[in-house]
Amino acid sequence: MRGVSHRFGPILALDDVTLAVPRGTFVVLLGPNGAGKSTLFALATRLYDSVSGEIRILGHDVRRNPTAALQQLGVVFQSRSLDGYLSLLQNLTYHAALQGIGRRASRAPAMQALAKVGLAERADDKVRELSGGQARRVEIARALLHDPACLLLDEATVGLDIASRESTLAIVRGLVKERGVGVLWATHLVDEVASDDHVVLLHKGRVRFSGLVPDLLRVAQAGNLRGAFMRVTEDTHAEAA
Amino acid sequence: MTAYVTARGRLDASGYLACFSGIVWREVLRFLHQRERFLAALVRPLVWLFIFAVGFRQVLGVSIIPPYQTYVLYEVFVTPGLVGMILLFNAMQSSLSMVYDRETGAMRTLLVSPFPRSFLLVSKLLGGVAVALLQVYAFLGIAYFWEIEPPLIGYVTVLPALVLAGLMLGALALFMSSVIKQLENFAGVMNFVIFPMFFASSALYPLWRIKESSPLLYEICRINPFTHAVELIRFALYGQLEPTALAIVLGCTVLFLAAAIYAYNPSKGLMSWRGGPAGGG
Repeated sequence: MRGVSHRFGPILALDDVTLAVPRGTFVVLLGPNGAGKSTLFALATRLYDSVSGEIRILGHDVRRNPTAALQQLGVVFQSRSLDGYLSLLQNLTYHAALQGIGRRASRAPAMQALAKVGLAERADDKVRELSGGQARRVEIARALLHDPACLLLDEATVGLDIASRESTLAIVRGLVKERGVGVLWATHLVDEVASDDHVVLLHKGRVRFSGLVPDLLRVAQAGNLRGAFMRVTEDTHAEAA
Repeated sequence: MTAYVTARGRLDASGYLACFSGIVWREVLRFLHQRERFLAALVRPLVWLFIFAVGFRQVLGVSIIPPYQTYVLYEVFVTPGLVGMILLFNAMQSSLSMVYDRETGAMRTLLVSPFPRSFLLVSKLLGGVAVALLQVYAFLGIAYFWEIEPPLIGYVTVLPALVLAGLMLGALALFMSSVIKQLENFAGVMNFVIFPMFFASSALYPLWRIKESSPLLYEICRINPFTHAVELIRFALYGQLEPTALAIVLGCTVLFLAAAIYAYNPSKGLMSWRGGPAGGG
């Protein structure tokens, strides 16, 4: 993602954002509410096009070659996007169809993806019978179904209890090691960031920092990540106060 | 490292077919799981047929007009209009679900598919039409026992007319779903679309009757695309083709579809400038 800017009417939502998510890495997109994280996700998934800049996924430009680009992408959106009237398996096979995978061919990978998130035995249950944490895990399974090279998760743990949050995070971190996917994990919660993570700190539509956590602490002259985050985004907190 | 069973998506003809059938299958499955929706969709036209039409039979005579070759009961006349009503309500319900899906985020699942957006939207429309066909044939099946007995071949010849009329209304609803910002606005818009479209048409009364009462309303009915959808269905149900209705419905389908595809286009459409995505980030 290079030099990406976007505005909604007079409001500049993203301003010259540049970031990269190499394969096999876990990158945290950290920013307070309203920082522009969801806008960035909407552009990366081509919900709409950016005003300027370019977004490439495995070299494929999202705007010029959306078909090849989107095929490499697995997405978990901030808001729940499963169909409550359908079963877990039906939701996954529907998603597979949207990727061009026939129902018969998608069954085995769907069951394996559900097993990966510990929900294979509930494959025939309706999604509306699941808890919030379980539904999130199904969304992760769904995002993995077509074997994407890059996984985008937008505030994937919002509304989950601590145990569900930790298990969701552990599953995704495991995927980076096991399958070599590149993960962009958007969150506003500093306790989801590990001490050796690569962090991109987004604030008011601009990247304020991009690098490893120890470097952020050094640049922000803070003793811990929470302090660094507060320092970088202090104008927002001052306004809120 | 664990061995994974993976299925790479195909973007060739078989991939397109898998995507199309998946979208249609999901629409039908959702409908079948929502039994109350199926019941409501059937009850609405049946109430009109069993109660409204019976009451009107005595006050509204229908003279011999094509495609009918003899005097017909009002129930017979009104049946194609009620079929149109099913298509209209189904299209609007589908549009409502798209607004809801957009608010909840489910719409994004569809839109991030690597297939062209126009293909996804047309597939979604045809999925809605498939659901409407189930409702229409269930209604016609019940109406048969109410002495609405078109020729048997009519049940076949009406099929393309139903698909085309369903596509036209679905495309209109799809375009509307792109301009409706919030679910709360939907009811108001519906009042300005469903009821005027339905009542200012030939669904409930022959156009010559309307002309006798109000020449202005007659002209409004004539330019209403829904009138032509109803006439297309009426003639097709009796194994006949009404060329003017076909041309207008076809033209309107292309127009509405182009508008909907434009509205959902990521770079040119309405979604890019009317506001940010749902969510706080």
